[in-house]
Amino acid sequence: MGGKILLANIDVPGIRGFDVYRETGGYKSVEKALKEMTPAMVNTEVTKSGLRGRGGAGFPTGLKWSFLDRKTDRPRYLVCNADESEPGTFKDRYLMQHLPHLLIEGLIISSYALGVNTCYIYIRGEFKYLVGILEHAILEARDHGFLGERILGTDYSLKIFVHPGAGAYICGEETALLESLEGKRGNPRIKPPFPAFKGLYGCPTVVNNVETLAAVGPIIVMGGEEYAKFGKGKSTGTKLISACGNINKPGVYEIEMGLPVEDFIYGAAYCGGIKGDKYLKAVIPGGSSVPILPADLMLSTAKGERRLMTYESLADGDFATGTMLGSGGFIVFDEDACIVRNTWNLAHFYRHESCGQCSPCREGTGWMEKVLFRIEHGQGKLSDIDLLVRISKNIEGNTICPLGDAAAWPVASAIRHFRREFEFHVEHPEAVKHINHGALPVSALP
Amino acid sequence: MLKVTIDNIPIDVEDGTTILQAARMIGGKVVPPAMCYYSKLKGSGGKCRTCLVKVAQSSAKDPRPIPKLVASCSTPVQDGMVVQNLTSPEVVEARKAIVEFLLLNHPLDCPVCDQAGECDLQDLSFGYGMEETETVEERREFPATDIGDKIKLHMNRCILCYRCVYAADQITGKRVHGVLYRGDVSEIGTLIKQAVDNDFSGNMIDVCPVGALTDKTFRFKSRVWFLKPMNAHRDCPACAGKVTAWLFGEEIYRVTGRKDQYGELEDFICNECRFEKKDPGDWIIEGPRHIKRQSVISANHYERMKKQSIILPIAGKMEDQF
Amino acid sequence: MNKMMEQNNIVNHRQFAPEGRMVAFTPEVLQKVRQLIQRYPEGQQKSALLPVLHIAQEELGGYLSVDVMDYVATLLGIEPIEVYEVATFYSMFYLDKMGNYVIEVCRTGPCSISGGEKIMEHLQEVLRVKPGETTPDGLFTLKEVECLGSCGTGPVMQVNTGYYEHLTPGRVDRILEELKENANNNKPDGSSWVEKFC
Repeated sequence: MGGKILLANIDVPGIRGFDVYRETGGYKSVEKALKEMTPAMVNTEVTKSGLRGRGGAGFPTGLKWSFLDRKTDRPRYLVCNADESEPGTFKDRYLMQHLPHLLIEGLIISSYALGVNTCYIYIRGEFKYLVGILEHAILEARDHGFLGERILGTDYSLKIFVHPGAGAYICGEETALLESLEGKRGNPRIKPPFPAFKGLYGCPTVVNNVETLAAVGPIIVMGGEEYAKFGKGKSTGTKLISACGNINKPGVYEIEMGLPVEDFIYGAAYCGGIKGDKYLKAVIPGGSSVPILPADLMLSTAKGERRLMTYESLADGDFATGTMLGSGGFIVFDEDACIVRNTWNLAHFYRHESCGQCSPCREGTGWMEKVLFRIEHGQGKLSDIDLLVRISKNIEGNTICPLGDAAAWPVASAIRHFRREFEFHVEHPEAVKHINHGALPVSALP
Repeated sequence: MLKVTIDNIPIDVEDGTTILQAARMIGGKVVPPAMCYYSKLKGSGGKCRTCLVKVAQSSAKDPRPIPKLVASCSTPVQDGMVVQNLTSPEVVEARKAIVEFLLLNHPLDCPVCDQAGECDLQDLSFGYGMEETETVEERREFPATDIGDKIKLHMNRCILCYRCVYAADQITGKRVHGVLYRGDVSEIGTLIKQAVDNDFSGNMIDVCPVGALTDKTFRFKSRVWFLKPMNAHRDCPACAGKVTAWLFGEEIYRVTGRKDQYGELEDFICNECRFEKKDPGDWIIEGPRHIKRQSVISANHYERMKKQSIILPIAGKMEDQF
Repeated sequence: MNKMMEQNNIVNHRQFAPEGRMVAFTPEVLQKVRQLIQRYPEGQQKSALLPVLHIAQEELGGYLSVDVMDYVATLLGIEPIEVYEVATFYSMFYLDKMGNYVIEVCRTGPCSISGGEKIMEHLQEVLRVKPGETTPDGLFTLKEVECLGSCGTGPVMQVNTGYYEHLTPGRVDRILEELKENANNNKPDGSSWVEKFC
């Protein structure tokens, strides 16, 4: 099980505490960065590492950092996005629960590189128990001189605060997160201006995901080029994948990018195959927002190549036959899973989580949910299926923030790949009433 | 100065100008409709998505197009930017989609709505809407409420443009209403039973693009197209006192601020001018006000409406409205 | 057809009224709140709204009454409507009185396919309430919530912000028994927001 970077020491007893973490080589990167490197050198290493945003968008972290407005004399902020709410994703929670110091370490170096003296961790309110863990870890780091005034005797000072959200998926969008951090409704901001220029309190701000920031420490220790040797092509390093659904071993796995999807699903070190030896029906590989793919397209691309766990391979074939790596929330469906019910379920989620600010998302998510509800409950019409496709197209790309796209893609892709199942629901309203909880494998459809 | 081209018409604008402002400088058909943007309210815009346009070329330096449509009200112009409004079929399609979304839960109660005849949503639907809808879902319904003794709130008609919230924030001393709840059940409200009560609250009615906020002193009195709009002024200690008085015969039926061709007030007026001064003797009448922005009903366009699923704005229905 | 009836299109948000209750944090809690406000820059004390509302909900009666929200507004020097807007936006804030234990069952995708719906049905049967309702003894409020980020350990429910994972109907029964006992012994669940912030 080589190729572990973030979770290399996860099994060491007591790793959550400062002392054990330090003994296993923790906070070395802070000493190295603050004493031997300039902020610019840290930036260079991160750029060289090819690290990409692990929150879902996969935007190169070094490039994002380079956008930060460093010319102003206003304070700059780093905000850690720990509002992990994407259905299927629970990797950040795992990381913060077991390795809080890995995150703190990454925050210190990143803040140093960005010239930031105040840093906030925005964590979803439901993770209340993690607030205590993180606060405690911050206290420990401060007591050992890694946080506060004049860290390790250098001129650099940093404060980190934990800020809980209160139950809103939309606050995972970076500008909604900033609004929420300012004590407002989580309405995403109209861009431009981007946070790199006008973020928290109108000051230049970088918002990064937990996993992204956690990777910065190891990158500084091993060097950017060394990190980039992990992985495949432009998908460098490792990625935490949170696997769930109808599999034998749900959980969080660190994989080296480039692992074949088939090995991930069936490998004993990972998901361990489908529960009850059933057939694989479909997978949503990157959190509920990314397109669902049927088994055959999940295991190999339309060109017949093996599908790999990389940003590029999963996106191969675009949306016609591909999907996205997203946040790494890997949801597996077996032969008995009902795609219509699941699509309705997710549509309900997006309707509930839309902030309601812009019209396509506010109205469109509710409309899709209502139509899907009818189809799932045996009251659909065949024309509803095309209507859903049309609504999803009309939402996509026309909204303020990506939640619109995130709501549209699951519906569009489910119909794209499983239209027959939707039609069956419409044509056999009586049958689906009795077998509501996900029945009807594709093979059983007439 | 930056050079921008909108629907093939070039114009030089100052740095910091948005696409919508540049389009308004050109005027006419190239101006995208705006339901939530209001130039006099800071922070407004970007929400309704009706002003989406296509940026075919980002700038002279970067000739690539912007992949998604952008909200023209909140996107600043770059030098050498090429923008398509009605010349882009993609924009027209998107706008039709937005109108469909805005109307999805709208009660379409124009026949009993005081805003009819001067309603932005009505105009927009006429320009881009469909005659028929595929939706069979029940519409969302809110009970109508009073917010204050002079203002009626019909949440059913609201398109959540946030204009009244910005207006209350920026021109009245104290905001007591806001957007509550979220998603498709969000609403304008005060949460606790209380009146929106301050000297400038009436401007919320004027900034509302639809009939969600209406003037209770004018409620059901007359259709606006039967009234004669007159410029009038008085010496008001609280505001500029420049208003439009809407007369029926010799009687003043209602008083509003003076709106420009984009439906925006020239000056915000005080509640005393708006609600209390209904005696012609209170005012110095200057003469008839030319309403530059004619609305659907006063233009009598319904007669020309044919049974066709979509009325294309490109076909020349919209231009004679400006 | 019954299911269809559940799609309610009438949105009738309740109008609230001040209860005229005098509410105030204890000196210890107030000190913690002041510390929290200090975490944000000068003039940005509104930033502390979410954490302070969490504390207020927990310390001052289990829900955010108008009195509590007005008190928080005074503490932070903001208008009451700014608090109302926020309190109605976030799903973890309750505007109505809740049971001693708020049971929130995840209904979203991964939990649903691992049996979340059955857990919800079971809870409805055992507690004899529908989602959104409180048991007559005021002990339990049942709620349906969206993804709790516990997809690999589902089905999951949250009781007063504590997680219970890998649920089965049998396990749910045992948890309910335990909660009832704790309520009888007045045992606190030992995880208050105030203690979370160092």
